[in-house]
Order: sequence, then structure tokens, then C-alpha cells
Amino acid sequence: MKKFINNNDDFLKESLTGFGKAHSDIINVNLDPSFVSRKNKTKDGKVSLISGGGSGHEPMHGGFVGHGMLDAACPGFVFSAPTPDQMQAAAEHVDSGAGVLFIVKNYSGDIMNFEMGAEMYSGKNDSIITNDDVAVEDSTFTTGRRGVAATVLVEKIVGSLAEHSGTLEECKKLGEKVNKNAGTMGVAFTSCTVPAAGKPTFDIGDDEMEFGVGIHGEPGRKREKIQLSKTIVGNILEAILDNLKPEKNEKNLLFVNGMGGTPLTELYLVYEDACQILQSKGIEVTKSLVGNYCTSLEMQGASITLLKCDDEILKHWDAPVHTAAMRWGM
Amino acid sequence: MSVSFLISQAKSVQKVIDENSAEIEVLDQKIGDGDHIFNIQRGLKLVVELEDAIKDLPLAKALNMIAMKVLSGIGGSSGALFGTFFMTMAKSSDLDKDVDFNKACEMIISGIKAMKERGKADVGEKTMMDVLLPVSEKLNELKNESEFKPGLNEVIKIAEERMLSTKDMLATKGRASFLGERAKGHIDPGARSSQLIIDTICKSVINN
Repeated sequence: MKKFINNNDDFLKESLTGFGKAHSDIINVNLDPSFVSRKNKTKDGKVSLISGGGSGHEPMHGGFVGHGMLDAACPGFVFSAPTPDQMQAAAEHVDSGAGVLFIVKNYSGDIMNFEMGAEMYSGKNDSIITNDDVAVEDSTFTTGRRGVAATVLVEKIVGSLAEHSGTLEECKKLGEKVNKNAGTMGVAFTSCTVPAAGKPTFDIGDDEMEFGVGIHGEPGRKREKIQLSKTIVGNILEAILDNLKPEKNEKNLLFVNGMGGTPLTELYLVYEDACQILQSKGIEVTKSLVGNYCTSLEMQGASITLLKCDDEILKHWDAPVHTAAMRWGM
Repeated sequence: MSVSFLISQAKSVQKVIDENSAEIEVLDQKIGDGDHIFNIQRGLKLVVELEDAIKDLPLAKALNMIAMKVLSGIGGSSGALFGTFFMTMAKSSDLDKDVDFNKACEMIISGIKAMKERGKADVGEKTMMDVLLPVSEKLNELKNESEFKPGLNEVIKIAEERMLSTKDMLATKGRASFLGERAKGHIDPGARSSQLIIDTICKSVINN
């Protein structure tokens, strides 16, 4: 394992402290229990949005704390759900009287810990669960689909509604709509190494890729030989379109997300391939996002998310945002 | 059950889990994301380190401190589930009186029931509940027997059989559920760690 690390026990703490210093104009980092919150107190009467999850997906979620997006984020250990006391402390810190909406990715550990945090928090609160990964089949008998990159879009879009006086109920409803309108699938060329493990999570051949990979290096649909970008992108989009079934005249946001180890040059190439394929199918791309937003440590790979947009979603996507990892309009 | 019993069991379990950590790590890397063993080890270390803080406390208070430590120090599913287990045990009535075998069984049974509710998982879903629920049922049969040591040998056997039975299951809960058929052929890491914990504690009770 080659990583910038001093000692494993302090890995997260040191990284969070650095994050706090680097973005001290926007956020504060609280340790023990760990949470990232806005530097400026949430204005009275604004619904507070809190997300969180295992670390290793940076900039998600701490990088999305700030105006127009989250009020707080609770980072767990690398790839491990955060603990209920973090959610409780974050909620108590940011709630300005309009309630707290927890944004939770669909993993058993995250759901249990957020549930307990919500039970321990005495103020008004509600939750939404994101599950945009079309790589795994949805079924009422299983945990269901994984929550992956579309969580970023949910946080941005609901964040804007909360900033524009949306109520807790309205924020939850919009979040659920964005989640339902989004589909994501990823592919990995290499594994990732959890610092505590010291070795890669899975073995993969030099000429292989994991199709449908999760954001923790969990296996996806199948292991395949690597192919041309346009073939890979075509297969990903086929799975997404199969699931989302966008109408021809519908507007869409195309989000190409890097897993941490793939350069932007390749991500833009993926974006170009995706645009061409979607255009050939008569599907309109209105908005775009390209970059490393929901990563898996140093994994090489990318995911593609398509979000069907109505006017409400478009308006809140375009609204100003100022966080460590996403900034426009202000 | 007493605070000193809890502390000594935590130390024995820590030793056994450490000895088997490589195996559990591999199991989790096959069907999970590899964090289970680190979470369990971190949790045991934190509990063992509590010794000085809890050794002179009443049982209910000590259990509560263990629960909060586990809940806030582990993370992941294990933290929530084992935290729930200890929190529920701490809420048992009459903990200021002597906690005999019958009472200890009842506390464990209610703790496992709370874990089941928290995780919403049942037998047959390739999780730690495949081991814990049958063990809980057996303890319910055993709790009123005056000679319980032979029964604990059966508990050890049940835990092992049920742990092994997760190998051919499809997972429908937890991270492994995303794998479908690919999860088959691997023992569930949570079932393995739970079985090791039960094995260690039962053997220690039988031998004392």
C-alpha cells in the first residue's frame, strides 16, 4: 500500500482537520463526534439538510456543506457508516427550528445508524433514502439498490429548495422525486485500498473491468475484458435507459463521475461518448456535471448518472451554490 | 453475570477474534466491503479499554457505558447492532439484584430480539442473525434448567452449524445482498464473528 498516511488510527482525524483548515471560509470541522457544518449558522426557519456516510467518497459529503447544499455532514470511518451520536450532535448544532432532513444512501449500516441518530434527536426530522444504482436489481425481498452518485444531485437540488424556504415535507418530496428520476451505473478498472486493510479490496486483471461496480469496490453485475470507451459507455447507458425510460422530449442532466483514480481527460471523453449515444437515441442532454464527486478512494473507473429533469429540478439545479467541492452562481 | 464477567469475556473474545481476523477479513472481502473485522476489533478494543472506568460500577451503568462506547466507536452495521444489543441489556429490570443464569439468558434473548428489529433481518438472509436467532431460541429452552452446562454445548454446536449454513445462502440483507448468486459459496463474515463470540463465552462458562 502506498498512501499519504502517518498512522492508521489518526488517518481520518488528520484528513478532516486539514479539510477544515483548507476550507475555513465555508465550513467548520467538529471532532469527537465528527461532523462538518457551515461556518455561518443556518438561517432561522430554514430546513437543515444533513447527510453522511463512510469516508473514502470525498468530496462527498463534507465537500457539499455550504450555501445551497448541506448544512452538515457526518463522516464515518473509511467505508463504514457514521455513528448515531454524530447525527444527533450535527442535528442539534444546525437545526434552526424548521426541522432536519437526513439524506441517507441505501446501505444497511447507514440506515440503521441514521435511524438511531434520528431516534436520539428530539427535534422534528425526517429522512430520504437514495438508491439510484441500476446495477443491482430492486426487490422487496432484498436491501434493494445501492445509493451512489445521484446522492450528489439530490443534495444540490434539495439544498436549493431548502434555501428557498421549502418546508421539511416539500424537501423530502423533491428529494424522493430526484432519486426516482435518476439512474446510475459504474465501472471499475482497478480496485481500491482501505487504509486499515492495507491491500486492495479485490483482485482484478490488467485487462479486466468490473461492470456495475459499487462505490466501495463491491462487485457489480459481471467481470469482463476491458473494451473501447464507447462500448463501455453504451452498455452503461443501456442499463440506465432500460430502467429510467426517458421520454424523447424530456430534458436530462448527464453526470459523469470519476471514482478517484481516473483523470478528467478520460471523464470528458466518457462524457462525449455518452452525449453522442444519447443524441443518437433522441435523448436531450440539457445539463451536465463532470468530475470526481462520489469517489471510491483511488479506484480507477467512472459512473454515469442520468437525471430526468422537470422545471422544478432544473430551477434548483441552476440555483447558486457555494461549497468546497461545488460552486457556481455566487 | 457481573461487570467483571463482562470484562473478562471481552478480553477472551478479543483474543479469539484477533486469532481469526485474517479469515474474517477475507470472507468480508469476498462478499462485503472488508470493514467488518476492523469494526469488530475496534469495538472490542474500546470495550476492553473501558475496564478501569466500569469495573466498580453497577451492572446497568456498566452495560450502558459499553453500549454507548460500541454505538459511538464502531460505526457500520456492527456498531448499530451490537450497540442496540448492549443498550437493551442495560434496560433490563432488577439489574441491582444478583443476575443468575436464567436472568442472563433473558437479557441476551431480549438483546438479540432488539438486534433483529433494528436490522430487520431474519433467519435465512445470510447475516449474523442466522447464528444469533437460533442461539437465542436455544437459550430460551435452557434458561430454566438447573444443570445448564450440557445445554451450552448444544448452543456451541447450533452456532457452528448455523454459521456454516450461511455458506450456501443467497444474501437478501446487508452489503452482500447486492451480489445475488455471487454471494453463494462464502460464509457470512458477521455469522462467523458472532459464532466465535458465542463459542468463546459458552466454553468459558462451561469451564468455570
